[in-house]
Amino acid sequence: MMERAVLERHGLAPDEYQRILEMLGREPTMTELGIFSVMWSEHCSYKSSRVHLRTLPTTGKRVLQGPGENAGAVDIGDGLAAVFKIESHNHPSFIEPYQGAATGVGGIIRDIFTMGARPIALLNSLRFGPLDLPLVRRTFEGVVAGIAGYGNSIGIPTVGGEIGFDESYTGNPLVNVFCLGISRADEIIKGTASGVGNAVYYVGAKTGRDGIHGATMASAEFDEKSAEKRPAVQVGDPFMEKLLLEACLEVMKTDALVGIQDMGAAGLSCSTCEMGSRGGAGVEIDVSLVPQRETGMTPYEIMLSESQERMLLVVKQGREGEVERIFDKWDLHAVRIGVVTTDGRMRVKDRGDVVADIPNGALTDQAPVYRRPMTEPAYLSAVRQLSLVSLGVPPPVAEVFARLLASPGIASKRWVYRQYDHMVRTNTLVVPGMGAGVVRVKGTNRALALSADCNARFVYLDPYAGAELAVAEAARNVACAGAQPIGATNCLNFGNPERPEIMWQFARAVEGMGAACRALDLPITGGNVSLYNETDGRAILPTPVLGVVGLIENADRVVRRAFQAEGDVIVLLGDSRAELGGSEYLKVIHGLIRGVPPALDLAKEVALQQVLVEGAAAGLIRSAHDCAEGGLAVTLAESCFETGLGATIDLNSVPVDASYMKEVATLFSESASRVVVSVSADRVSDLFALAGTHGVPVTRVGLVGGTGIRIAIDGMTAIDTLLVDAERIWSTAIERHFEASRAMA
Amino acid sequence: MKFAIVVFPGSNSDHDAYYATRHVLGEDAEFVWHKDTGLGGADVVVLPGGFAHGDYLRTGAIARFSPVMQEVKRFAAAGGPVLGICNGFQVLLEAGLLPGAMLRNRSVKFVCQQVHVRVEQTDTPFTSACAAGQVLRMPIAHGEGNYYADPDVLADLEANRQVIFRYTTADGRVTDDANPNGSAHNIAGLCSRSRNVVGLMPHPERACELAVGSADGLVLFESAVQFVSQGAFAAAPHA
Amino acid sequence: MRARVFVTLKPSVFDPQGQTVTDALHTMGYVAVRHVRQGKYFELDIDAATAEEAKSLAAAAADKLLANPVIESYRIEIA
Repeated sequence: MMERAVLERHGLAPDEYQRILEMLGREPTMTELGIFSVMWSEHCSYKSSRVHLRTLPTTGKRVLQGPGENAGAVDIGDGLAAVFKIESHNHPSFIEPYQGAATGVGGIIRDIFTMGARPIALLNSLRFGPLDLPLVRRTFEGVVAGIAGYGNSIGIPTVGGEIGFDESYTGNPLVNVFCLGISRADEIIKGTASGVGNAVYYVGAKTGRDGIHGATMASAEFDEKSAEKRPAVQVGDPFMEKLLLEACLEVMKTDALVGIQDMGAAGLSCSTCEMGSRGGAGVEIDVSLVPQRETGMTPYEIMLSESQERMLLVVKQGREGEVERIFDKWDLHAVRIGVVTTDGRMRVKDRGDVVADIPNGALTDQAPVYRRPMTEPAYLSAVRQLSLVSLGVPPPVAEVFARLLASPGIASKRWVYRQYDHMVRTNTLVVPGMGAGVVRVKGTNRALALSADCNARFVYLDPYAGAELAVAEAARNVACAGAQPIGATNCLNFGNPERPEIMWQFARAVEGMGAACRALDLPITGGNVSLYNETDGRAILPTPVLGVVGLIENADRVVRRAFQAEGDVIVLLGDSRAELGGSEYLKVIHGLIRGVPPALDLAKEVALQQVLVEGAAAGLIRSAHDCAEGGLAVTLAESCFETGLGATIDLNSVPVDASYMKEVATLFSESASRVVVSVSADRVSDLFALAGTHGVPVTRVGLVGGTGIRIAIDGMTAIDTLLVDAERIWSTAIERHFEASRAMA
Repeated sequence: MKFAIVVFPGSNSDHDAYYATRHVLGEDAEFVWHKDTGLGGADVVVLPGGFAHGDYLRTGAIARFSPVMQEVKRFAAAGGPVLGICNGFQVLLEAGLLPGAMLRNRSVKFVCQQVHVRVEQTDTPFTSACAAGQVLRMPIAHGEGNYYADPDVLADLEANRQVIFRYTTADGRVTDDANPNGSAHNIAGLCSRSRNVVGLMPHPERACELAVGSADGLVLFESAVQFVSQGAFAAAPHA
Repeated sequence: MRARVFVTLKPSVFDPQGQTVTDALHTMGYVAVRHVRQGKYFELDIDAATAEEAKSLAAAAADKLLANPVIESYRIEIA
């Protein structure tokens, strides 16, 4: 019997060990125990989340590949597929920000090109603590540099993303990375092993001891000792990955491959058993044949290593020479380490001696699944109470406006994205920081709009509604660019699922996400779950990020967020209400996360997005910008910034209990399903007619022009500032926060 | 006429250079692998951007030992037009085809943004279709584009009119604010003494269509076409 | 035999990375650190009969590849 301490070190519960004994009919070897521990970790097995994830919509007329493969895929016409996925690298990025983020980028890129797709765009969704803390600044700078270092080198543009800040992420940043690639729809390649006697090849970087137990680390909470786990962090080599990318795509053109999978979390263990499992076959390998970077590595270490930039391939019999020659051309050496068998087992040998022999199913389909207990968290009833009256008289709106523009969550992220190569591959039609990123698809007239979103404050206040709002916002962002949302991928970042309150948040968020995706006809084709995001027992705000892919039929009709011409009419689509629950206003001005999130009517959201997509296709809408954090005032200001065109606005006030809150509620409330669009004066009636057809509320609010931002409410001036002044506050705020944290250091 | 796009392991703007010359310009273009020992009879050679050999050691330091570089040197020596873009420029510096070296940007960070450069000289194969003093808008994307040369070398470069692109404001003024990386004399691009070898840090191949932000870079490739079609480069060995 | 090759920017060449490290140390309170120059360090395991032979091989490697004579200089130690 294994010692209890050994099991604990492997993160295996006593009943899980019992199950291993039953499945094997004997005691596991140490190598086998290691393999079980990583494959049954939360990260690989989704044991806490699986029962909930099954409820998400994953099918649709465009879906070519749903969850279960390296990435999902949707049909984008012209015989092409968009292959995409989002994945987290949260824990490694806290321990070593640069390498953690860099290897996160490397991992998601491998997931895309193993499907036979050429990666053409990256996005990221990041969360950090308050920027004025020196620790946070170092993490932030390291993560950004790591993403840049890897993505820039390999030559895939980072075209967008989002960054949020909250105290709960101080010791547990979130680094979620999204990659999208293009392949022929009929040439998608699977991670499968089949055909008895076919050779199993290893190609890429040599195996070292780095990352051993990375997968189990990603499944445990942080504590003060986490910093000591530094050796477990992998180091990325983007040059190696670039060679692998080009060589693999060249090999895939030959039709000599049966299947391919990268060695990510749980390394060789995971790729071997998953490929065998998908192909209904077995895989036998000999670890002594695996290229090794260090001496004296044990089979246990080789099977669990998470060294980066490694792939496992199954090659058709008789085609081995062809494949080897292509890898040789790229100075990579494909090494034959095993063979496909019939018995559905993963058999690992060391110089001929069997060191592990496990049925694939035991590691994959039959891994433990938990329906963990759930309880509605006690904090909810308290934080959902919000009395605007009790807040007292707010500061002058001009001051609020300036402070919101300077809030890191709202301020320009130019400091970040100018470190990312966002133009390589010459497809980027809308650069980062301007709403959804848009890339054209060369060889077609089409373009794809990409957005990743989540307002975690809303999810904290109401997980179900917050997740619905995240879906709506991400889809609305691509619709603003003129794109029809056609597919999604999710990255669910939560705390410790063994706590019933966290599990409840998770389950409710998944339900809300599913409901919104069904309403918007938006299948989720894959994604990732990251649990145990806690430090010293304190969980992050629940952060279910949704990445959405939207299709623009005519790349010439992409809509930008900034106003385009003097004299254009500014129109608000959607209804405004006094909805300050969970708002940036409450957080920045009053330091509160309270209230209920804005109401969302999914039918109205669908109608709004139809107006945006049809209005763009008809060339009617000249600019479109979603109302999100900071409300209407911030949206209007951001619509002015890129092109430097001012605006003169008159808004109708929203009804509110306390009359002295009227201006604040009108300017900064975050009511959902609202978009500020501009339209040339002679097409205003066409836009009203289109909105009317879909039953979308439409209000003329002002005119584009001048050098100022002037916003009146019911005819009374509320904000009147020079555009250059507002833009300076917004565009320099991140740097100024850095200065502040340096002063504290 | 034909452009050869040299592909080093780690090149990542090779496809962009190909697309610009083949699909936007409509000329013939072909990739040449770094281990090749010929240039496929090309009229113009482009060393594209990227991270050749990962930029490990120093940018461009290992690429200069690739077999194809012997051919590029021979081609250049015979007067053939050679364009090094970004990492390609760094390779030309390391290979000694152009003088000087690159340091880390003074911000110590990778910078990707649109910049303006002023065309200083029009008697090169890649600027002949420009007007002198014309300002071009093109993106940069690099971590090491901070051009350095000894004062003597800089004086020579200026005296010989080898500085052909300088970072400027949109209206063509040389200012420190317009210098995105700290380059000496705001140098964005150079030509060889013989004028046929040109290197620049901005990416003209990423600025060939308005849809992607600018079409100002196309003029460099149009210049090359004009240069070749006028027979200005008749002595090239069509190896 | 092991050669250690230290490559640094020539004194006349501005070193933005070294400057950044200097600034960081100063904000951390290490004002006694007057200046930092950043460089590269290589270890070469060389098959050579004598220290002189190893040194001359290392110097050749440094001249040809490890250092860029336009901006960098180097120093070799044989251990």
